[in-house]
Amino acid sequence: MTTTLANKEIEVNEEGFLVNSEDWSKEIAVEIAKQEGIELSDRHWLVIDFMRKDFQETGKSPTIRRITKNSGVDTKEMYKLFPGGPAKKAAKIAGVPKPVGCI
Amino acid sequence: MAVDLTKEKISLIISQGSLEGIYPGLIMANGARAEGMEVNLFFTFFGLDAINKKTQEHIKVATVGNPGMHIPTLVGILPGMSGLATHMMNKKMEELDIPSIPEFVEMIHDTGAGIYACQATVDMFGLKKESFVDYVDGIITVGDFYEMAAGGHIVFT
Repeated sequence: MTTTLANKEIEVNEEGFLVNSEDWSKEIAVEIAKQEGIELSDRHWLVIDFMRKDFQETGKSPTIRRITKNSGVDTKEMYKLFPGGPAKKAAKIAGVPKPVGCI
Repeated sequence: MAVDLTKEKISLIISQGSLEGIYPGLIMANGARAEGMEVNLFFTFFGLDAINKKTQEHIKVATVGNPGMHIPTLVGILPGMSGLATHMMNKKMEELDIPSIPEFVEMIHDTGAGIYACQATVDMFGLKKESFVDYVDGIITVGDFYEMAAGGHIVFT
């Protein structure tokens, strides 16, 4: 299915994750975050930038542990920045797939 | 698919002190927080080893009386078997980005889950608040636990 994000028709899955990570832009991130009730700060961007870089390098969305070990944002802060499901919400905003795996 | 879990609550009881007895509860607890659920972890009996400063780093796989290991009991009792099995399992878990038990419990605490020790067991084993890692939220009775868990799911492991 498609949806309009930042004035563009973007393909998303039924949970609202971008189907093509290349479609992502900062404007789209701001808009998805707004839908999730989040206003993006520098700390959010630190996480988003790391997630995109890591996804490009590994082809996988990073786990929370990988994010907290490498981005400079710790577990407590992750849960504050992205309340109600940090890994999923951050992945959605960063335009990378929903993380798979149980940790 | 898009079920809102943020109104849900789960309280997990961890009662065993082996590696395979502790991890499932931790994984379930961490996963529940990742979905936005409210989570309490209640450690009782040998499960307390997971939050005891002295034992937390030395949790081992049970190689005796554990049919899931698929090794004969007489092999399981050989010196070093439990250590070897634990080493192999820890290595595999590190590859899968699963934290060690001490790191995992602290991480779960940092997600905002409550970490509690069982009063009855603490009394029975002669333990004190100082026996436990600093981030334990309290030593509570069974009654306290049920009050805390009321209205949510309870899982015993």
